[in-house]
Amino acid sequence: MNVFSPLFVMCLQFIAVLFAAPAFAGWVRMVKCWFQGRKSAGLFQPYRDIFKLLNKDVVLAENASWIFRFTPFLVFGTTVLAGVIIPILSIDLPLSATADAIALVALFTIARFFTALAGLDIGTAFGGMGSSREKTVASMSEPAMLMAIFTVSLVSQSTSISHMVNVIAHGEFVLRPSLAFALLAFILIALAETGRIPVDNPATHLELTMIHEAMILEYSGRHLALIEWAGMMKLFLFTTLGIALFFPWGIAAAGDITFLPVAILLLLIKLFFAGIGLVLIEIGLAKMRLFRIQEFLGSAFLFATLGLLSYFMLE
Amino acid sequence: MSTLKETINVTLSQDAGQDEYQYPAGVTTLIVPRDRFVEAARVMKTSDARLVAEWATDETPFGRGFGIYACYAKGPEYLIVKTDVPVEDPVFPTLTKKFVPSYRFERQIQSLMGVKPVGHPDGRPWIKHEDWPDDAWPLRKTFDPSIYMPRVKGEYKFIRAEGEGVYEIPVGPVHAGIIEPGHFRFQAVGEDILNLEEKLGYVHKGIEKRFETLSWEDGARLAGRVSGDTTVAHSLAYCMALESMAGCNPPERALWVRALMLERERIANHLGDIGAICNDTAFAFLLYQLSRLKEILLRTNYKLFGHRLMMDNVIPGGVSVDITTEGIEEILSELDWLSNEFERLAIIYDENPSLEDRVRGAGILTPDTARELGVVGFVARASGQPLDCRIQYPFPPYDRIVPKMTVLESGDVHARAWVRVEEIRDSIELIRKILDTLPSDGIKAGLDVPAADRKGFAVVEGWRGEIVYWTQSGPNGGTNRCMVRDPSSVNWLAIEQAIHGNIVPDFPLCNKSFNQSYSGHDL
Repeated sequence: MNVFSPLFVMCLQFIAVLFAAPAFAGWVRMVKCWFQGRKSAGLFQPYRDIFKLLNKDVVLAENASWIFRFTPFLVFGTTVLAGVIIPILSIDLPLSATADAIALVALFTIARFFTALAGLDIGTAFGGMGSSREKTVASMSEPAMLMAIFTVSLVSQSTSISHMVNVIAHGEFVLRPSLAFALLAFILIALAETGRIPVDNPATHLELTMIHEAMILEYSGRHLALIEWAGMMKLFLFTTLGIALFFPWGIAAAGDITFLPVAILLLLIKLFFAGIGLVLIEIGLAKMRLFRIQEFLGSAFLFATLGLLSYFMLE
Repeated sequence: MSTLKETINVTLSQDAGQDEYQYPAGVTTLIVPRDRFVEAARVMKTSDARLVAEWATDETPFGRGFGIYACYAKGPEYLIVKTDVPVEDPVFPTLTKKFVPSYRFERQIQSLMGVKPVGHPDGRPWIKHEDWPDDAWPLRKTFDPSIYMPRVKGEYKFIRAEGEGVYEIPVGPVHAGIIEPGHFRFQAVGEDILNLEEKLGYVHKGIEKRFETLSWEDGARLAGRVSGDTTVAHSLAYCMALESMAGCNPPERALWVRALMLERERIANHLGDIGAICNDTAFAFLLYQLSRLKEILLRTNYKLFGHRLMMDNVIPGGVSVDITTEGIEEILSELDWLSNEFERLAIIYDENPSLEDRVRGAGILTPDTARELGVVGFVARASGQPLDCRIQYPFPPYDRIVPKMTVLESGDVHARAWVRVEEIRDSIELIRKILDTLPSDGIKAGLDVPAADRKGFAVVEGWRGEIVYWTQSGPNGGTNRCMVRDPSSVNWLAIEQAIHGNIVPDFPLCNKSFNQSYSGHDL
């Protein structure tokens, strides 16, 4: 019992977010390669990429200010912090009492805000373009994200993520149409937030089409490594958040912490399928035109609102 | 309906003299006085001809001055109008008021030959960059290519847009992907593009000058390297121009094998291009699958012709490799397989709504603009211009196997992709016909060095479009001038026009749907 104290779980989750995130990114790339009929670079390619970048020199623009140098660390820090308030393995997290869903969204927003500033900081056309596009997307995805999370919080009557997950995982199983709407909204938002097809293309080399990549175009060396790593963690976190909110069954409960090994195994299985699901979405779609994104995120907001309404009408 | 030649003879009557030494027989060069050069252009414009190319020659080795040539075409007829310009007064009247493509041709003439187009609205250099001295004209005979060129400070003034919220995006010449270098300057408000200006010339290699120092055989090899992805069509056009000048008739079999290579080159490049267009919309599946098909074709090329791109297989007088019976069998069975695989992928392209949303209505080049700009190749056919010199000006064996012309009116990215889908289908059929009726005489004829001051001309429909070569032999039987006009030289203009009304992130897709050659343009 005391072996799996909450603090230990938190450390475990911290390590998991740090080191499992690249593997999950690798898994997504791997599945994608297979679906495209190619050989993949393997599960561990993202680790090699990060390692390579960490060993490279940083090339800084002459007019880069402290914002540009500080941003990679801030982005990395906030993402890791987000990793310890999302119930990935267990809902019994020490920080869950201090940070709720709104704080989680705010953490991602801080990271995004500083990335956008850094994009503007060095004064290249691409950085500014990327920042402007990223904020456009954010202005639509953040409200939709909050709406989706509020729908789930209505079920548990709390904005604490741990509490929400606990109610869904360990409460009585009820089919809730509001959650189905919220899930749909969440998937659309997660695609936009993590810069996946059809909103953004993480693999593109075309400067003019980039959203997230355009902001970080001037980064190199360890700065780039941290940002790339944080990007992988963000993908991992959104996936695990989605799993925790909508498919939490098997997550270790508060008093039932010896369940942890099973929770880890179940999480791996869920991530396995989540990766395949993500690739299935990405492979069949072209990236949409930039001005279609508001329709896309508008529908996400609509779904979240419908979820909210259906809770009051049906449940 | 009178021909261009008759029309121009009527208007300019005794002023238009004919050059006796222009080959092949179907192409006429009319020499007009300098002050009637524009008059000739006006006549051409009113007879609906298009300007194919405009170029200058240094004819001092023959005791003349500079020659300014303008080549016009209408249907099956190509007509060249030449005017002589004395060395001491190197100016000629501009044709820009009549023909839009002359805009860049003439800037190029001024930059490289130092003959000034009077009345041209744009005095900036083209291809030659501003760090070269103004009076360095590499195509003149007095220019010594072996000396080191002193660098000068210069500035290239881009067109500026001003106003609240207008900003500028400089893109390139070094890009994030491995592509050729070119600079694009956007003026934009938000994501809307106000104007796009290209600056090219970063891969200027001095090819036209280099031709003049090479033997005719080596020239064919150099022509094969003007634009690596079009090596067959370029060396074919060069060889045809040379053969017309030298009076050489390659054996029938050689002509058919050349056509075989030309069609294989077309299929391979179109496959790669359709995939690349899809990849620019992040639909990478088709890129990888179509690249796979292309790769297999290239490997077969290597096996049968000794080179993946069939470089140096077209030589003056014929071809360097023959095709065996087993080779024919292999190609035929490969075509069946290819056709089957390709049709399956074409369905995926055609039926994916998210892809369709991107490619339809993006980067529209209207038929009117296309006609005005004189674009060629698939770009022209996607914008309602029925131009294909395999059909309109057929060189053997296309006089016997007639390709199908696909003309679409919409002029968007989809049209440019779909024309290529249809051309792949047609080329597969053409290759079947070629292999079916391959004659069995030799593959190479002897070639004599042409006499001095002979002019050869050839057009070949490469996969990008009409490639034009005009060659002139020097006093010692060498090359005095070899003019290369890649389809890119005119089609690059079209991208600037097609991009109006689009948004910045759609530019790469539009650009890819044109996929013009930087190397072929910059020479």
